[in-house]
Amino acid sequence: MADERPEFFESGHRACGGCGPALAGRLIMKAAGENTIVVASTGCMEVFSTPYPETAWKTPWIHSLFQNAAAVASGIESSIKMQGRDEKVVVIAGDGATFDIGVLCISGAFERGHDITYICYDNEAYMNTGIQRSGATPYDASTTTSPAGKNSTGNSRPKKDMPAILAAHGAPYVATASIAYPTDMMKKVEKAINTKGPCYLQVHAPCCTGWGFDGAKTMEIGKAAINSGLWVNFEMEEGTVTKVKKVKRVPVDDYLKSQKRFRHLFKPEPKTEEIAKIQAIADKNAEKYGTDIVPKN
Amino acid sequence: MALNVGCSARPGNARDNKTGSWRTFRPVFDNEKCNKCGTCMMICPEVCISEDEEGYPQVDYEFCKGCGLCTEECPKDAIEMKKEEK
Repeated sequence: MADERPEFFESGHRACGGCGPALAGRLIMKAAGENTIVVASTGCMEVFSTPYPETAWKTPWIHSLFQNAAAVASGIESSIKMQGRDEKVVVIAGDGATFDIGVLCISGAFERGHDITYICYDNEAYMNTGIQRSGATPYDASTTTSPAGKNSTGNSRPKKDMPAILAAHGAPYVATASIAYPTDMMKKVEKAINTKGPCYLQVHAPCCTGWGFDGAKTMEIGKAAINSGLWVNFEMEEGTVTKVKKVKRVPVDDYLKSQKRFRHLFKPEPKTEEIAKIQAIADKNAEKYGTDIVPKN
Repeated sequence: MALNVGCSARPGNARDNKTGSWRTFRPVFDNEKCNKCGTCMMICPEVCISEDEEGYPQVDYEFCKGCGLCTEECPKDAIEMKKEEK
């Protein structure tokens, strides 16, 4: 059965074939509906969806700068509240704008308690400018600013825990989702939009170009990330984790091997020490959120 | 086309850009195998698969980039990627 809800993200955008963020944009808009004002920051989605004079968006949509989407959204929210209107304000921004460049404005908007929904589509690097590392890039991923080579095994820092930072602001609803599970993701978008106050949703959106895999595998990679424990789908209400996607966890090796950005970990021979470090990150995630399915005796 | 303080565009006019020309492989649907689950319609990043009158998927080849995501995710293996003949 097809989902009958109308589309507000139009065909003809210029994303790569099999683009995770494009699918994220489409699903977010399907869930958000017509009564939505979208605020975008600079990033891949902004560039591929709105090359002037074209736009893929069918709701009001505004882009100002890289760093200030949360501030623009704050202003719009305050204004429509004053006017007694009921549109929902949704920010859709990439991980670079969220984890690095926009943190100041996001922190301000969440502290002031605006009734906005901030959605970060997380493709784990600055893809639009040519794959530079961001605060969301996972440990050991090779990017153009953290290239793997003789003296480096790629990005030297682990992924920043952005949901925890925003939960610490007192956000009523913080969640993570993945495009690999569209129904779950759309439910979370709806929940975030219908929860009063500043809510944060972080959507895992695999990037075939930046991560180095075939565009047909976008969903498969998303599922593999969750099955390895390197991405956790959870919901946090009032700072407490209330729901976690449980998985039969598999070793991280297959997930890493399927992407060019981790290829250096297996060539010329497997760097077992580094792979063990990544496995430890997955183990820690699983322990922290309790994702493992424990067999009943 | 005058550029003022901001730029604006007609909603959804990206449709003027026919991305179907990017395609090298074309998804071909086998309705005999299809169970009308709607997965392909849900996950297409190009928003170009819709439901026909009988509930089967139909592709708008003007926009399909031929990424193969529908083929990969189809639970019934009812979609096949065939090379485009010019």
